[in-house]
Amino acid sequence: MEVVQMQRRFAEYTASLFREGFLDAQFTQLQQLQDETNPDFVEEVVSLFFEDSEKLVNNLAKTLDQQNFDYKKVDALVHQLKGSSASIGAQRVKNVCVAFRQFCEDQNVEACLGCLQQVKQECFLVKNKLETLFRMEQQIVAAGGSIPVMEYN
Amino acid sequence: MNCGRGGKGVGAGSMSAVASGGVSDQFPAGLRVLVVDDDPTCLMILERMLKACRYEVTKCNRAETALTLLRQNKNGFDVVISDVHMPDMDGFKLLEHIGLEMDLPVIMMSADDGKQVVMKGITHGACDYLIKPIRIEALKNIWQHVVRKRKNEWKDLDPLGSGVEDGDRPQKVSDDADYTSSANEDNWKGAKKRKDGEEEVEERDETSTLKKPRVVWSVELHQQFVAAVNQLGTDKAVPKKILELMNVPGLTRENVASHLQKYRLYLKRICSAQQQPNGLNLAPQDAAYVPLPSLNGFDYQAVAAAGQLQPQSLATLQMAGLGRPGSKSGIGITNADQKNLFSFENPKSRYGDELHQQQIANAGNQPNLLHGIPTTMEPRQLAHFQQSSQSFGNLNMQINTHGSNGTSLMMSMAQQPPRGAILNEVAAGNVSRIASQLNPMNGNAGILVRNVVAENSSGQVYNPVVTQGPSMVDFVAKHPAEFSSSGFPLASTPGTSSIISKVPAQDDINSQLKGAGGYVPSYDIFSELQQHKSQDWALPGVGLNFDGSLNAHPVQGSFDVSPSVLVNQGISSGQRSEANSNASPAGSATLLPGQPNGQTINQHLTGLHVEGAQVPKVERDQNLNSQHTLYSEQFGQDDLMTAILKQQQFGLGAVEPEFDFDGFPMDNVRV
Repeated sequence: MEVVQMQRRFAEYTASLFREGFLDAQFTQLQQLQDETNPDFVEEVVSLFFEDSEKLVNNLAKTLDQQNFDYKKVDALVHQLKGSSASIGAQRVKNVCVAFRQFCEDQNVEACLGCLQQVKQECFLVKNKLETLFRMEQQIVAAGGSIPVMEYN
Repeated sequence: MNCGRGGKGVGAGSMSAVASGGVSDQFPAGLRVLVVDDDPTCLMILERMLKACRYEVTKCNRAETALTLLRQNKNGFDVVISDVHMPDMDGFKLLEHIGLEMDLPVIMMSADDGKQVVMKGITHGACDYLIKPIRIEALKNIWQHVVRKRKNEWKDLDPLGSGVEDGDRPQKVSDDADYTSSANEDNWKGAKKRKDGEEEVEERDETSTLKKPRVVWSVELHQQFVAAVNQLGTDKAVPKKILELMNVPGLTRENVASHLQKYRLYLKRICSAQQQPNGLNLAPQDAAYVPLPSLNGFDYQAVAAAGQLQPQSLATLQMAGLGRPGSKSGIGITNADQKNLFSFENPKSRYGDELHQQQIANAGNQPNLLHGIPTTMEPRQLAHFQQSSQSFGNLNMQINTHGSNGTSLMMSMAQQPPRGAILNEVAAGNVSRIASQLNPMNGNAGILVRNVVAENSSGQVYNPVVTQGPSMVDFVAKHPAEFSSSGFPLASTPGTSSIISKVPAQDDINSQLKGAGGYVPSYDIFSELQQHKSQDWALPGVGLNFDGSLNAHPVQGSFDVSPSVLVNQGISSGQRSEANSNASPAGSATLLPGQPNGQTINQHLTGLHVEGAQVPKVERDQNLNSQHTLYSEQFGQDDLMTAILKQQQFGLGAVEPEFDFDGFPMDNVRV
């Protein structure tokens, strides 16, 4: 595949991620922070996020599993997940967190459990999408091309 | 913005450059930022963004680490960015600490954009609040906070210092949110003034706004300020008028305005802290009144209010009340120049019985430690105190130096021993000298003394926090021990409870310490009064978080930083408990050891920070925190009386309102 083609596919793929709400403008910010001196910045941050979010989600699962769990604790965890997902631009994850927090406030156990599942799902999805994206990037770079940076508002 | 000075890049060597009307090319590059966030993802992103802004970044994922870093390197950072929700320490607490100890601009950030949280940030003194996710554009502008703060500090520089005015310094008063009144004609002048001997002065010339001049509002100055404010009445207290009343050469309206703003913040805080159960509610209106627990049914306060009570008379009173042979001659309130703190008439009648009750009862009151006022108590000191033979009844002395009075020592203070002396003594743990020690709080501007003597069986310990500017804490710390007298009514002890209120000593802490006069004395008295050791008092760690760092370093005069440290000394009339252990609440409150100079005290008062949880209320182990029994001083007489009564009834230590000008938050204060 030619570089140009790869780049085009990359651009389209990225656009679709934004369109489908997996990513938002914050992700673009991260991309803009990447440069020659920090060539792997986005990937590093993203993997850091997934590492951290996995812990958070596990923690959440454990907490919600208890008989009488403390909603405050759940809320704190979700808040944290919300913050980090927002920071990397993982919009759908963040949105679930927002709803999740509301359910915590309402002390709605069922809904909370539901949100937990959703959060897991969204994290999984966006993780895959980003992995695909990075792979494409690598291919382009390997082929000697440069990564197009998309500008989204 | 042009600060008129070249920005100084960190490590960049001097910058000179003040471009005419412009900022040096370098600035804000090199701005030294400390970013604190427990979220590794955010931390990494922020670091990258800040570096992209050409700042010098240090990242930290724990608040404790950040504090340590900051303490080790007081001038090593220009601005701090901190997350609100962190596992080891609440971001607001960190904010308070930083405000107290280092007076750096702190920017809070959170994914939480709820109005309350943002408001909390503001009231705690954050200079900005960013909502996550943070965009790099938001970070590009953070340097403005540094510059603004510097600018204000310059203006607050010791007005008496010789100033150098740069004519070209653009006046940005209008940008200054601190000033409640406009009028900048003379804004500028203040800005350029430099404090003599100010260590950073020289640097200021070359460096940009990144240099942080330390402005110190000396005790005297603050006293005058408070007096002026009270005289004018809160409504009418505008910087211009205050300035006129104060009539201090060299002081500018800007200095006053900025100080006033802080003072107001402090008062507001106190106000909101009023709902403490302890009932010592001091209306924070302009004056902080310290309700003097009347010992022996005496309304010391009233007496004090009456004017300067002769030491003798006071002593006599005390004696009469206590039936002790009085010796404390010194209990008198010395107010050097001010009106007394106690403006209220004394409810004498009320106290009579209370005292005893108080002494004995010591019911659950716990010495409220000043909330948010860091007091460090050193266990040694406490021990010392404990041993003192005197047992103090509940010393509930809250002395609020009301601003108006200028003399912050409301507590009847015995003669005025030289300030420095007192401090020294205190430091020495010389309790016996209390009587003589009373340091007139002359010139202690706004020293809030709160001694809450709480007597409780469990031994309360309170930390009197005396913040007189920097020195406050020390003093307090030391004395608590003394107080643990048994049922010794505070009344007898000259209200020295001097407490500590930290007068925002901006000027030089040293002077503050000396001025602290006022606080030490009380302790001495206590020791004398103390009769039995049986009482154990626990020194409430006053919820201070001291991180040990309380050691003496003078608070850097920044007004903001060290809000008056109010220390509640709870003296349990009962046995002295190992107050020491208690005393350090939260573990680290170390009362500043009797450092002879107030400096030490102060400094750490800033460090002291009563964490809600930690309010050392040792007394009954109640957890005062959260509500912190510290209460702001009440201004109403009735309230005072009530408070006193309550205190007496409960033998509780007074609540010290936190006298905090800037970010001293009371933990439980809801914003």
